[in-house]
Amino acid sequence: MLFYSYFKTLVGKEVTVELKNDLAITGTLHSVDQYLNIKLNNIRVVNEQKYPHMLSVRACFVRGSVVRFILLPPGSVDVELLHDATRREARGG
Amino acid sequence: MATEEDNTVREPLDLIRLSLDEKVYVKLKGERELRGKLHAYDQHLNMILGDVEETVTMVEIDEETFEEIIKTNKRMVPYLFVRGDGVILVSPPLRS
Repeated sequence: MLFYSYFKTLVGKEVTVELKNDLAITGTLHSVDQYLNIKLNNIRVVNEQKYPHMLSVRACFVRGSVVRFILLPPGSVDVELLHDATRREARGG
Repeated sequence: MATEEDNTVREPLDLIRLSLDEKVYVKLKGERELRGKLHAYDQHLNMILGDVEETVTMVEIDEETFEEIIKTNKRMVPYLFVRGDGVILVSPPLRS
């Protein structure tokens, strides 16, 4: 639940999601669920020359399992909070 | 409660718990490697790393000599969430 809770705090922020097929999408995080499925609004593909088929797409749902990375906005990472939450999660099992 | 807070490694994930806020090496599927500070993880090995250097290694075969040409691409990312299903191994920092 740690990352679910964390990503809920990122709603409204701009993130870049890199998928397992190398497609990278930047967009505003609209919502997230327990599987870390995410919905992005106002999206743009990072490498549009290589992936022109997404040009007309404005919003998308991304299945959590196809995500490789999510690049986080530096201003919204509270390192101390993450450490505490991780230790709590490790204790709780 | 107190016994679980100590520095002993009883189960595999304890090793990662002790690497919190330390630089770790993460090997991923697809010839990818990450080096960065471990800020958060869970039981799936989902992680948040800081000041991450990502290295992607590609092997190309030279069409004439059939020699393997190894190419590496590196990039820096300030903060990165890594999905656990791509993780092969996590190694604690080398203590010198």
